[in-house]
Amino acid sequence: MSHSESHTPDSGDTKCAPTRALDVETIRAEFPILQRRIHGLPLVYLDNAATSQKPRSVIDALTRYYEQTNANVHRGVHTLSEEATAQYEGARAKVSTFINATCPKEVIWTRNASEALNVVAYSWGRANLKRGDHVLLTEMEHHSNIVPWQILAAERGIELDFVRVADDGTLMLDNLNKLLTSRTRLFGFTYMSNVVGTINPVKELTLAAHKVGALVLLDACQAVPHMPVDAQALDVDFLAFSGHKMLGPTGIGVLWGRRELLNAMPPFMGGGDMIREVHLSGFKSSELPWKFEAGTPAIAQAIGLGAAVDYLSQVGMDAIHQAERELTAYALQRLPEVKGLRILGPSADKRGGLVAFTLEAAHPHDIAAVLDNLGIAIRAGHHCAQPLHERFNIPASARASFYLYNTREEVDLLVKGLHKVVEMFTF
Amino acid sequence: MDLYAEEILDHYKHPRHFGHLDDPSLVYHDRNPLCGDEITLELKIEDGKVADVAFTGHGCAISRAAASMMSEEIVGKSLDELKGWDKESIMDLLGIEVGPVRIKCALLPLKAMKAAVWGLAEDE
Repeated sequence: MSHSESHTPDSGDTKCAPTRALDVETIRAEFPILQRRIHGLPLVYLDNAATSQKPRSVIDALTRYYEQTNANVHRGVHTLSEEATAQYEGARAKVSTFINATCPKEVIWTRNASEALNVVAYSWGRANLKRGDHVLLTEMEHHSNIVPWQILAAERGIELDFVRVADDGTLMLDNLNKLLTSRTRLFGFTYMSNVVGTINPVKELTLAAHKVGALVLLDACQAVPHMPVDAQALDVDFLAFSGHKMLGPTGIGVLWGRRELLNAMPPFMGGGDMIREVHLSGFKSSELPWKFEAGTPAIAQAIGLGAAVDYLSQVGMDAIHQAERELTAYALQRLPEVKGLRILGPSADKRGGLVAFTLEAAHPHDIAAVLDNLGIAIRAGHHCAQPLHERFNIPASARASFYLYNTREEVDLLVKGLHKVVEMFTF
Repeated sequence: MDLYAEEILDHYKHPRHFGHLDDPSLVYHDRNPLCGDEITLELKIEDGKVADVAFTGHGCAISRAAASMMSEEIVGKSLDELKGWDKESIMDLLGIEVGPVRIKCALLPLKAMKAAVWGLAEDE
């Protein structure tokens, strides 16, 4: 069975348009960068898990903002400031609807997903965790959902536990009830691994965490851009993702949290915009969401993310997810044709739109460099998931990750390129 | 393709001085955790000069070719001379343009050699 289908929104949800096939050629025409040539060859962009490309509508939204509306938000009473504020808060409302938050107040802008995860560790963690408390994470987490907790562990004497990863790249959940105890205060895990591609059973894990009274922090970086995500239906407590992986600009990310939790949390950073009043004797925090947004925010970027959400909604998240699943299944079928290629992670039905692999003949850096010469962009390295690579006893891997504009022909080019890599480095 | 010039691939496929020395005077292990490149460099020093060198480890073609080429070059050189080696010394040997990301691969053998001849302690 497919894990993903079990925790995407119900098909009975009337807001979801029926799944339709993507018109990839039309979509590709809307991404100016896809016209680029790399070393004289058409760009084949397969590094979407690192960052996505941007459609014309997002680029235009940024330009339009700077050309026509640029002003600081929440401050001026002049026309530009009012327009900028309306657009900026309008983008928040779009994102709120996109992830089905209860209300836009629960959508906190951050610089990126890393900062969103750090807000939970620094604000909620510092206010609520004490020596002897446990935080449960998984071995497949991105560094950004490990390191903030390690910092807190060193500072507060809390204990970190980890759900281990099986050989097929799925979580080993047999002993979950031993790892989740009355001392576990928070369970932080990724919706979808950025290395092995595994889509985790979010609802099942959340239910188990809530049974012992632990909160759930979901790293949804690889999920929100690629599939319908319903924060309320998932029943998690915090959810983090970044804008630039979902067609939006860099410099904008989101922390969504339950209002009562966010209300009870202390501010993360102090400064302008996050206060109600300041006196030399002290300050009072602003209300949600601004309590967590000190300083002039990434206004253009938030508006750009709003445009990205409009674009994704118009195409349809169900359609995007379906197209990526098909493309990934095709890649998983074709890649083993390459000599000495080992795929990391589970079968197509348990994963999202990316495939990490190693080649016997060549180091991932050499794979990526040779493919780059063929116009093909993939990622090589440990993808900010060194513990997971250690678990598989490999220093690094190569990764091809897909998005709505990728095609079967591009997978064919990847496979052809990999044959060339093997030929070059075999002796 | 420039990065993988014939000579680079030749050194990658048939690395010179790959292996161990019987009685090394200096041994230094270094790694580049970002890409997983790893090198152990062994030097035999006689009269202040490199009498022999050997390396082991694993890594990409660039780091391995750099280690192989560097090893060929440093035999017979004095420690004082090697202390003066820098990035350009390796780039001249490789004879290719290496971009900002891959430069760390190319310089790992140099880093290990310099640390060995300066007598630095290993981090780990």
